[in-house]
Amino acid sequence: MTDAAVAPSPPLWRRLLGFNLLTGVVLGIGGWYVGWFGAHSIVGPSLDYFGDIDYNELSVYLAYIGGIVGFLVGLGFFNYPFARLRGYPPSLREKETGGWTRYFSLCTDHKVVGIQYLWGIGLFFFIGGLNAMLIRTELLRPHHQVFPAGTYLTLVGMHGTMMMGMMSSGILGPFANYLIPIMIGARRMAFPRIEALTFWLLMAAGAILTTTIFFGGFPTGWTGYAPLSNEGNPGMDNYILFFALVGISMTLLGLNMIATIVTMRAPGLTWTRLPIFAWGVLSTAVLMVLAAPVLVAVLAMEALDRTAQTTFFVAAAGGSNYLYENLFWVFGHPEVYILALPGFAIVLELLPVFSRKPLWGYRLAVGGLLGVSLLSWFVWQHHLFVSGINGDLRPFYMLSTELISIPTGFTFLCGMMTLWRGSIRFTVPMLFCLAWFFNFLLGGLSGVFLSDVPSDVTTHGSFFSMAHFHYTIMGGLVFTFFAAIYYWVPKMTGWELNERLGKIHFWTMFVFFNSTFAPLFAIGFLGQPRRAVTYASGLQFLNDWVSVSAFCLGISMLIFLFNLVWSLGFVKKPAEANPWGSRSIEFQLPSPVPVHNFDRIPVFSSDPYGYGEGPPPSWVPAGAPAGRD
Amino acid sequence: MAANPNAAPAPPSDRTNHGMRVVVAWLVLSAVATPLVAVFVGHLIPPGNGSSQGTEQVFDNTLMLTVITPILCLLAVFFVYGLRSFHASSSGAVLDGPPLRGDSQIQILWIVGTSVIVLFLAGFGTFELLQNGAGGGQGPDPIAVPGGQKMQVQVIGQQWQFTYRYPSLGGIESNQLVLPADTDVELHVTSLDVIHSFWAYELGVKADANPGVDNVAYVKTKSPQVFHVRCAELCGLWHGYMYNNGRVVDSAQFHSWASQQEKLYAAIKPFMDKPEADGGAPFGHTYLPAPERRAG
Repeated sequence: MTDAAVAPSPPLWRRLLGFNLLTGVVLGIGGWYVGWFGAHSIVGPSLDYFGDIDYNELSVYLAYIGGIVGFLVGLGFFNYPFARLRGYPPSLREKETGGWTRYFSLCTDHKVVGIQYLWGIGLFFFIGGLNAMLIRTELLRPHHQVFPAGTYLTLVGMHGTMMMGMMSSGILGPFANYLIPIMIGARRMAFPRIEALTFWLLMAAGAILTTTIFFGGFPTGWTGYAPLSNEGNPGMDNYILFFALVGISMTLLGLNMIATIVTMRAPGLTWTRLPIFAWGVLSTAVLMVLAAPVLVAVLAMEALDRTAQTTFFVAAAGGSNYLYENLFWVFGHPEVYILALPGFAIVLELLPVFSRKPLWGYRLAVGGLLGVSLLSWFVWQHHLFVSGINGDLRPFYMLSTELISIPTGFTFLCGMMTLWRGSIRFTVPMLFCLAWFFNFLLGGLSGVFLSDVPSDVTTHGSFFSMAHFHYTIMGGLVFTFFAAIYYWVPKMTGWELNERLGKIHFWTMFVFFNSTFAPLFAIGFLGQPRRAVTYASGLQFLNDWVSVSAFCLGISMLIFLFNLVWSLGFVKKPAEANPWGSRSIEFQLPSPVPVHNFDRIPVFSSDPYGYGEGPPPSWVPAGAPAGRD
Repeated sequence: MAANPNAAPAPPSDRTNHGMRVVVAWLVLSAVATPLVAVFVGHLIPPGNGSSQGTEQVFDNTLMLTVITPILCLLAVFFVYGLRSFHASSSGAVLDGPPLRGDSQIQILWIVGTSVIVLFLAGFGTFELLQNGAGGGQGPDPIAVPGGQKMQVQVIGQQWQFTYRYPSLGGIESNQLVLPADTDVELHVTSLDVIHSFWAYELGVKADANPGVDNVAYVKTKSPQVFHVRCAELCGLWHGYMYNNGRVVDSAQFHSWASQQEKLYAAIKPFMDKPEADGGAPFGHTYLPAPERRAG
């Protein structure tokens, strides 16, 4: 974690005065009040159409925009552009040495950003999980209310929005930022400052969504359907600002990944030698760059509907709620593959290591990832089968939705054939990857019911579809997220995670995940709609079962948290450089990886999956180029 | 624990025909499980036999369950067999597996197999959809229209209840949906404020209620029963309480109910009949949510 050659550091108070998180938060709060009172002084009470409520939408937007600007100023994001304007020479790096304070500052070391992402996203993942616990508490009884109805809807909305927004970058943020430059033999990302910006924007977004509770929450769930969102409290504006910031962060993150993978590969790293994880990141990044701007656009329209009284989504004034639904799902369906594809890639990346075999059908696996990425653009109206939009296009969307299971099947085939006749080791990351097959199979096959219009009439909007996407996203993404943590965190931090606790975490999570979500298929089939605070009394036993399982799932997460804090904070057992016997290049570097990654830029002559094909060729031949920056 | 990345000669060649074993076990298991699922599990699946559309959905669900059973069996057999047979020995060095990098025959077989299943399901779903609309909302221009006489009912969603209007009975309204048995019903679903979704569970009907949109769905009722109506699209604060029950009754009961409703309705009929421009009852497309109606 610390660098050997650090200059004698100034006293702590001096370091706290610089551009860092603390300054960012202070200036952010200052900027918030400037925006708030600025808006009040501009519009006065004349636009205050809330009557008895003494704030208006404009002041909420301006307050948070002021807050974001102050936050970025305090972190030092404007230093470099202004330095350039004042004639200073260009530089690529900021604050890459200096101990732990790097982690609370604008830092352009991709490895620091990766670890920042891991903890930052982890924090909001746990807040989102806590919301889920409260939702399940409410659903213990069919009609008795633990929370007021509006609070319940806010909990549902915060859980969904937090998870969707944050976990979109759940793999690409921590792991791709950390690993992609190393895997492709580079020393940095293509745009290091933008890389840091994506992280800090996401943290600002998380704070904005969390503070929705001070503005009355929002009633719409994560989809934010208009015209219900036109009616919502000012807390709705927090939702809009959160998702818009997440959209901007995702676009920049994707752009950075594409630029890095396309332009910065080391000599010899041809497209067919690229690790499959990099292919997964690339296909996800393409979706991010193309889909997230649509989200930002539709939320801008919604913000205008709420502040400037435009009527994009108000039917009575010539608008249409179908416009919102269309634009949202044009983003929304690629979005669920933004969540799922990195999971595919991690499974395919880890299986060769733990079955000691080459990745079976590399080209088919790549074709599967790209095929899903392409087809995901043509399926969005399956979310609207019963909405009355384009009734005659339903057969097309039924076909395209079912077609997407073909490239998804490639991932299954390649993964299963990689296991075939392998020498499988049941390590903690491998267990999470194997669980992916089970979960994603159930998630995928339940998706068949939702893709078929006649079946969808019953299952649409019920707990069945909720169980389906939790199987694909929690079972597909979150399980592989943990696989990646157990696999790569020893490399990232230099300390081992406790394996026994890891196995306890895995088995409790796997059992209680299924125990929580499998009954929800039945509950949905039996007619319980999503997001409803009441349900039929006859479904109480199943709901109680689900709630208790969900609490146990929460305890399983606490076991993981304990493992993380215990292993990294107290035990601190140094990890081997290559604990898994991997042939991938990141494990040939010391743990933790030095600031500049490579002394010499590596030269690749094969893919990293040549298990059973003799010793790996040296990736730093004599006379390899030293490389710049 | 750690295996040497540089290491490991391939293990001695294994002559067991693992592939054949898995295929045989899969075929046997599928041959047993698939008919069992089709016969014993399929008909338990909701929404049940409350309407023609409901029956059709049960058939669809049964068929899909039958199609995915062999897929589940394949994966189950593969993983149970594979994880038992191909794990590394618990002690000693970790050996590399055989360096298999692909097999075009297996790939082609897999692609053809999945494509056939997918195209069959999409074709079958389209065929079923075009029969009678499967109970789903089809928008203002339905593509799957059952033939014959249809009774029209307008379903008007608002925060937080549904109102049912019967144009063929002089425009009477009710807040409980009552339908005659053995009748083709044409539901026109709309909303006065936000998006709702009309879900008559036992009848197998779901159609979103959009402001300013006439969303048409068809249902053919069967024998008399009580069914449940819930809102299936998040519509604000009291979404969770937006439910009611409805009744399918026989023809005589329906007519006595209708004439009773007509008497109740007579008092407000002149006001309801008046055109909107002359101060008559407001209808869907003129409604704007007022600030005091805000939810959250």
